[in-house]
Parts: sequence; C-alpha cells; structure tokens
Amino acid sequence: MLEINCPYCGLRDEEEFACGGEAHIARPLVDNPISDKDFADYLFYRDNPKGVFLERWRHSAGCRRWFNVVRDTVSHHILEVYPIDTKPSTKAGRAAYQASWRRQSPAEAAARKVPQKTRKTSISKR
Amino acid sequence: MARKKTMQTNRNNQQAVSIDSHAPISFTFDGRTYQGCKGDTLASALLANNVHLTGRSFKYHRPRGIMAAGAEEPNALVGVGVGGRVEPNVKATQIELYDGLVAVSQNRFPSLKLDIGEINSVFSRFFPAGFYYKTFMWPASFWMRYEHIIRRAAGLGKVGDTHEDPDRYEKRHAHFDIVVVGGGLSGLSAALQAANSGQRVLLSEDQHQWGGWLRSCDDIIIDDMAGHEWADKTIAQLAEMDNVTLLPRTTCFGYGDHNFLTLAERVTDHLAEKPAHLPRMRLWKVRARRVILATGAIERPLVFAGNDLPGVMLASAAQTYLNQYGVLAGRRGILTTNNDAAWHSAFALHKAGCLITAIVDTRTNPAPAVLKQAASLGIQTRLGAGIIAAHGRLHVARVEIASLTKTGDALAGEAEHFDCDLVLMSGGMNPVVHLHSQSRGKLKWDERTHCFRPSTTHEDEQCVGACNGSFEPERGVKEAIAAALKAVKANGGAADALNLPDIVATKINWAPMPIWQIPNGLPAGQGGKAFVDFQNDVTASDIQLAVREGYHSVEHVKRYTTTGMATDQGKTSNINALGILARERNAEIPAVGTTTFRMPYTPTSIGMIAGRDIGGLFDPVRTTPMDKWHREAGAKFEHVGQWRRAWYYPQNGESMEQAVSREVRAARQTAGLLDASTLGKIDIKGPDAAEFLNRIYTNSWLKLGVGKCRYGLMCKDDGMVMDDGVTTRLAEDHFHMTTTTGGAAGVLDWLEEWLQTEWPELKVYLTSVTEQWAVATLSGPAAKEILNAAGTDINLNDEGFGFMSMREGYISGLPARIYRISFTGELSYEINVPARYGMALWTTLMRAGKNFGITPYGTEAMHVLRGEKGFIIVGQETDGTVTPHDLAMSWIVSDKKSDFIGKRALARHSMKAGDRKQLVGLKTKDPKKVIPEGAHATLDPNQPPPVEMLGHVTSSYFSPNLGHSVAMALLRGGHARMGQTVYFPMLDSSPPIEATITDTSFYDPKGERLNGKL
Repeated sequence: MLEINCPYCGLRDEEEFACGGEAHIARPLVDNPISDKDFADYLFYRDNPKGVFLERWRHSAGCRRWFNVVRDTVSHHILEVYPIDTKPSTKAGRAAYQASWRRQSPAEAAARKVPQKTRKTSISKR
Repeated sequence: MARKKTMQTNRNNQQAVSIDSHAPISFTFDGRTYQGCKGDTLASALLANNVHLTGRSFKYHRPRGIMAAGAEEPNALVGVGVGGRVEPNVKATQIELYDGLVAVSQNRFPSLKLDIGEINSVFSRFFPAGFYYKTFMWPASFWMRYEHIIRRAAGLGKVGDTHEDPDRYEKRHAHFDIVVVGGGLSGLSAALQAANSGQRVLLSEDQHQWGGWLRSCDDIIIDDMAGHEWADKTIAQLAEMDNVTLLPRTTCFGYGDHNFLTLAERVTDHLAEKPAHLPRMRLWKVRARRVILATGAIERPLVFAGNDLPGVMLASAAQTYLNQYGVLAGRRGILTTNNDAAWHSAFALHKAGCLITAIVDTRTNPAPAVLKQAASLGIQTRLGAGIIAAHGRLHVARVEIASLTKTGDALAGEAEHFDCDLVLMSGGMNPVVHLHSQSRGKLKWDERTHCFRPSTTHEDEQCVGACNGSFEPERGVKEAIAAALKAVKANGGAADALNLPDIVATKINWAPMPIWQIPNGLPAGQGGKAFVDFQNDVTASDIQLAVREGYHSVEHVKRYTTTGMATDQGKTSNINALGILARERNAEIPAVGTTTFRMPYTPTSIGMIAGRDIGGLFDPVRTTPMDKWHREAGAKFEHVGQWRRAWYYPQNGESMEQAVSREVRAARQTAGLLDASTLGKIDIKGPDAAEFLNRIYTNSWLKLGVGKCRYGLMCKDDGMVMDDGVTTRLAEDHFHMTTTTGGAAGVLDWLEEWLQTEWPELKVYLTSVTEQWAVATLSGPAAKEILNAAGTDINLNDEGFGFMSMREGYISGLPARIYRISFTGELSYEINVPARYGMALWTTLMRAGKNFGITPYGTEAMHVLRGEKGFIIVGQETDGTVTPHDLAMSWIVSDKKSDFIGKRALARHSMKAGDRKQLVGLKTKDPKKVIPEGAHATLDPNQPPPVEMLGHVTSSYFSPNLGHSVAMALLRGGHARMGQTVYFPMLDSSPPIEATITDTSFYDPKGERLNGKL
C-alpha cells in the first residue's frame, strides 16, 4: 500500500485516496475545430508507461482535493506531489512531461486559447 | 470417570527452558487425552507423549509426523478447537498448548493408523507429476465432476460445521520509526540499539517466547549468561522502555510498498479461557520508516527415499525439542547430513540420552573438531556416505546407508542396515528471505553456504543475522547493531553504539556440500519415494519427469509438479527443488532462478483480515428519518445502494402486485405519499454557480429565474448520459441540485473533479446536503387540498406557485422548501424539511390526508408511475452507452451553448449512425402480457439461430391505470421503427411475446394532469 503525501493534509495511506489516471490531458476548447480522430486522443487514449508516470490523485476520504503525483510504475516510488494546475518540478517529472506525445498532439494544441495563425510559434516558444 | 493418566515418556528434562513442568495441562488429540506442560507447543507435547504420527499426506495419504519445530513445518497440520472455533490446517509446531485444547488429525479415514486412502500410495506409479492434467482432460465438461471427487480424496483439513465464527477480530494501524522483525539474537540486539535512540521501535516475534535459536542451543554464552538468559534479560530491558512495543505470538506475514507491514497477533489462541474483552487475533497495519529483518534461517531436509516417515526430523528441530521442551524425539538416532552444524545437534541429543548410532555425512572431510568430538562420544561415522532409504510403516525403524561417489550422484558400495527410531537430517540452512523478497529485495546465490541470501533492497530495509546469511552469532550481532545505528541516523536521530556483547560460541563451518538428492542406486523413478515438497507430495522423480517432458522454466516446473505451492510456500522444499532442476538441466542454481515469495508468509486467518467489517458492519445501511414509520406500517424494503427504501406497503395480506396496484391507482385518483429523502442533494454556491451548471448540464442554466426549477441531464465527456435530476435556483448565486439516489456520491465527485481540475477559475462551492433534508413527495389530484389541510402559509394557486418552481414557507409549523415538480405526471409537491422534522412532516401529511384517501407508496409504485409516463431512470434506461439523442431527449441538448460536458463528443461522426440503439415504447398485443425486463427483441421470431437481436427491454410493468402493460426498450434504429411489430422470444420456450413499437409517453401524453385538473 502506497503512502501518499497529500499537499493539503500530509502523509496518508493509499486507502484514503482515489487514483484519477493520467495527468495533464488538456481538454480541447469547443471553439477550436478538431477532427474526431484527434479528439479521440483526448477522450479515449491513456498512457500506461513502464516507469515515470504523471497521474492525478484525489484525497477522497480526506480533504477531497485533487493533486498531481509523479510515480514510478515499476518501483512504486513517488517522486513528487504537486498542485493540480502546476507542472512537475523534479527532473524526472519534467522529463516525463516533455516526453509525452501529448505535447505535440493536435488535441493539446486545441486546448489553448490562441488564434489559429500564431499557434505554431507559441508552441515552439514553450 | 478418572482420566487415564498418560506418561510423558519422552520428557527427560523437567527444567527445560521453555516449559513450566509445575503447570501440567491436559489436551486431547484424536479423542485421546494427553498431558503436557505450560509452554509446550502441541508438537512438543505430542512428542513428549511419544506421538509422532500426526497426519496423512495430501496426495498419497502417507503417514506423516512432525518434521520441524517452527513455521516451516510441512507435515504436522491439525485441526484445532471445537464447535464454531474449529480451525483446520494449523501447524502443530505453532500451537501453544493450553488446558483442554482439542486437536484432531486430518486427511485420514477411518483413522490415522488405518487409512484407506493409503492405497493411493500403492498405485502411486499411476499418479506422476501432471497426473490430473493428463488424465482428466476429456470430456472437458466432466472436469467439474472429477474435480469434486479429487478434492474430496486429496486435501487437508475441513472447516467446522458451524460457519458462524464466534470470535472477534480487530485491526490496528500504527506508525513506528524502526520495526524489527524477529526476536532472536540479532533481532533483540537491533531492537535494543534502536530503542536507545528514543525512537519508536516495534519488535515482533513469531513464537511465544523470545530468543529464537538461543532457546534451542546450549553452546552460546553471552556476557557470561546462557543464551536464553541473555534473551530474557534483554527483553526485560526492552519492556521497561516506553518507546518500545513488543509483540510476541505475532507473525509479520506481509511486506508491501512504502514500508507497509502487516502482522498477525494471536491474542487469545493460547488461552484456555478466552476473555470476552479480547479479540482472538489482531491485524497490525504498520507503516515503518525503517525496517530491520532478523527473521533467522530454516534448516533444509535432505532428499532420500522414505525421508517423509514419522521419526525423520530436521536436526535443528530435534535439538529444539530437547533443549526448549526437554523432549527426546527418539532413543536410537542416526544423523544424515552434508554440513558440520548438524553434528552438534546430534551430540546434544546423544548427551541427553538418545543413542546416536551413526553420523552419516555426504562429505569425506568434516571439520576435525567434530570428528574428534564424535570419537570421544563413541559415535561411529560414515563419511562420503548417505542414507539411501528409510524404512518403516508408521514410523521409521531402519535405514540403509551406503557410500557415495565423490560427486554424490551414485552409490560407491553396498548398503549397510541400521535400526533406529529417529533420523536427524540436515541439508544446510536457508535464510528466511521471504519478507525481504516480498518487499522486492533481490536475492543472490551464496557459493559458500549454498543458499539464497539478500543482495539489494527495494524498500528502506536491512537484513541482519541468519536471514542475511550471517550464521555466526558474533557476526549477526555486529550486523544488527550497525543496521540499527544506520536506521536511527537515517531517521535523523542519534544513539551511542552499544558495546558488542561478549559471545562464546562453538566455531562452526557453515559451508555444506551441495547435494540435492541422495541416490538410491536404481534408475530414476524407481525405489522408494524421495520427497522434495512434503506438503504437496512432490518427489524428486516428479521434478525429473517434468524436465524430461520439456518443462524447464522454474515457474513451469513449479506449476506442473506443484512443488512449493502448498500452504507452506515451499519453505523447506524450494532450494532442493531448484537444485534438482538445475542438475537435470546441467545448469547452475542461480541460472535456473528462484521463485518469488508472496504474502502471506504463513497462512493467515481470513476472519482477521475481515476484522469488524462483517455482518451489519460490512456495509452501512442508510435509513431515512421516516424509516421507523415505514417499518411500523409493515412496509417491504429494498436496498438502493446503501439506502434502505420502502418498496411497497402490503395491507391485509395483499400480494406485492395487489399492493403496488392499489398504491399506483391512489397516486392518480386521490394522493400518494413517497419518502424521497434518499435523493442525492448537492448545495451549489458561488458567483460562478450558474456558469458551472451551464457547463455540467446539457441544457441552459444562465437565465433560470430565482425560485425556478429545471430538469437537467448530465453527460460524461464522451456524450453518454451519466445522471439526471431537477436543480433549483435558490438565489442568484445559489442552487439546489438533486441527483439519482444511487448516483449522489459519484455526481459530487464528478462536479468536484471538473471544478478543481478543469475550471479552477470558477468560484463555486459544492456541499453534499443529502442527509440534511428529509423529503416527502405528495402526488395526486388531492395534493393541494391535503397541503392546505395540513396548514401552510404558501399560496398554492397556480399563479402564485406554478409548475417547476419552489416556495419556502411553513407546513403545520415546520419550515419547508416545497418544489412543485413531478416524477409521476400528477400534480406533485416535493416537500423538503430539515432532516430532524422528517417524521413530523410525514405524520402530519398522513393525518391531514386521511380524509382525502392519502396512500403511502413505495419505490415499486414510483417505478410504475414513471413508467406510465415514460420517464427514464438513469441506470435502467441507460447503461453508459446511451446519449440524450438515443433517449429522444434532443430537446434538452442545447445547440446555443458554446460548451458543455459531452458537446464535442455528441458531434462525433459515430453519434449520427442510424443504427444506434434508441429508446422506444412497447405495447404488447395481448395487453395483459408483461415482457420480462432484459428480454431481447427480434423482427422475425422464426429465424433460425443465430437470431438477429434488435435490442432489449429496459423497463416493463403492468399499468393498473391504463389497464395494459407498458414497456420501454433500447432498439437498434428504434426511432425510425414506430408502428413496427417486434417479438420477444422467451427463455421458457413459451411463445414469443408480440409488441408494437410506440413512443414512450403512455399516460396523459399532453401533461394535463400536472395541474391537478382531471
């Protein structure tokens, strides 16, 4: 049983939490047109990597708050816990975030409120 | 009648370290009464009474006796207790004796000494490895029958006839800075060092007495004390310290992620009288910052023909019975070994009066010291030799000894015969690496001591002493103290290093000869059975056969032969099995691999794991504030999720059909009253509350007026319906949402998820208020009159209080929110009062409605009423694959809103497919026929199989108000099939039910009754 450091309550047993699956899946905005296929990347496709994984957890039997966790799915070591609207700060977490295929996916691009013309340049700047 | 006194003929030392001979106690085994001492285990007490035969083996029903003295015992499994307390398959070596203990042997019929199943042994050449797989293959459908017979013939103990466990079990969660598992020399040293830092320390020990091997040996002197005296002194010292928790009789059986340990504490098993305030067992769920494993080592048996006979015993076990319990396991013994350590066990027994007639060592070069000691004791030796067979019927009586070739794989001479009643065997030591392995620590093969020992760790854990392969006591203590200091420091503490105790112990060379099977001079598979796994009756030739048949991977061999798969998880068998497998494959043991140890270390009571979460506490039953009234009214109940809801109220012996029919008619003709308190209710507040709802629901919410109600449907982001309910605007920034009874918790979680993870910028608070409001739904033409009769300050006229609006006021003095909404299609008021007024509201309405024919109705009538109206129930008409459009509810999906959950998915290409399953109504040709829910529809009832299915019936009732049955179904392309005839084939081969496809509003399709006008 994992021991998870809730950012709001501290170390608690896994049985107090619920796992919410892969983190950082941006939801395409309705105003940005997107094909069914690209939308499926957001709606249906989930990663299940061997190694470092960024995932969402909820302290369901505690403060009910959501947060993100960097977990190694092989060792079960938790490398980092960070708030829901932030990005990982550990090296492993940042690398996993950058390496995700989602960063290049049209679904993620469609989640940004940017005019279509300038979208490409703004991605490369990040 | 006076008890017949039996003599403890084998008890030769009344002052042995673990017993109190002044406290004799009696117990029964297979109905016969015996005497034992306080401190005995069942095994030691049986041996004291010269009882060796304790059971029959799993497959061949061979006579078996006590082989070990601890958790590794594979043979001596017995049933303990009487009545509801019968527990099968308990190791006699782990049962602490108490007065009146009742134990029985297992897997024998009619008796232990005469067992007809033993015939399996005669036919054993027909029961090789994989016998069941090979024999019971055909026909496949017969497996169930075979299995039944096989399970009865092969097997261990049986649970008691009473299935009500009279005992209570507890769980305890705890945190410790340092947990030490194992209370032997190393564990005690580690605990003492750790405790000196002031950090919180837990020390657990499987046995009921502390000291481990220190209690069994007589050749370790620590600080001028006998080993067991040092253990007693150290434990007394630890017991004085406030920061130390000591748990004897506690098996650490699981080691999981993040240093999570599970321990089984046996609290009352050893007591003749079980105090009522104590649980039988306590499950400790421990989170440790650092763990030190000092779990010791287990001796290996040697594999030779007849090595399973009663009277053949591990050398260390015989020494334990002697020194701890003063029990001599035999009078005429022979040692067979491949190492020096076991010689000392033989010497101890010899000195105590068991004549060791020979020491047989597979090596030609034992240490000079042991040879010298054997000579001085007058014990003859056979070097480079082994016991090639042991003989006897119910007990070992004779062995054959022969010289072996240098490599030990063939005989080098004629066999000699020796009479004996005890064979001590030793094949070297196996560190108890189970917990280390469970925690995903790695193992490495030690080429010197020929055993697996810990290498790298995964969790924050250290192995010390014999479990680390450090069998020498001085080295174990040194490791233990160093490990404790390291753990203390890693926890941010400090402690002065303890002085190493002054240890005087016999110097022993712990390197055994690697020999995994003693040859018998016959071709493979012939001669007596040489057991590898005693509990599962797996022999050396079974493993050889498996390899010949092509099973090479250790995991395959294990499953094919079942070696190591018994309840002891191969504690005594795994290494010998690996050794034989490696030999057959001409490979090295580390290349063959090892198996992974999994929890539990020893079999663990399910009762303890369940703890208090049984019976009524297994899952809480939620009741409404009006529950008592329903019970007194004789209602029948149904469980909806955790809720207990009134189902119907039979009167004067009514059947369910009669009662529901009466309730349904009353709700349309006079008035019905439903307890709707279980509806999920969520209080939604904040400046962005309307915007939030607008994104959650498929329809528009921004312009809903204060005091107005609106029905809403919510989808998942895949466009499928997930819940529905009526939500009311209480104020500009304040809404009251209702959800389905079963969906309440899920909907709240759903809303929180979107609010926190997708739209954190929205200022909204969500609070569950399901339990805060009691709800009575008053429905029917007389509803308004009844409310007026009850007395209310609210103007109930349409102009003051229209459909889909809410008013606050008082009913008969009770503060109430009344929602004029309807799930029946009648004039209807959902009256919400604070939960504590629920009963008062209910009785007030019943009183006020008496003259108007008010009738309480339950959930069944509620279903029929909404079925008559064609209102959906999420979870009944929907199953997670149904969109609002499929439900013909496109009117509720806004195309003006920029976004809502599910909007993009509803625009997906596949959503427009014409053959989606769509909700329709059904009218049966025979109005009295009610189609069973779940029945499948087909266009052609005479089509030969496979019959093309259109879909299935989701709801189906007989409508007393309409006089015919009503049903809804999800049918492929259903909306385009209005007027078509479909057939529903029946399971009982009665003729298919014929029905016409209609729309779903069967009753009052124009909705005129909502205003109470008839």
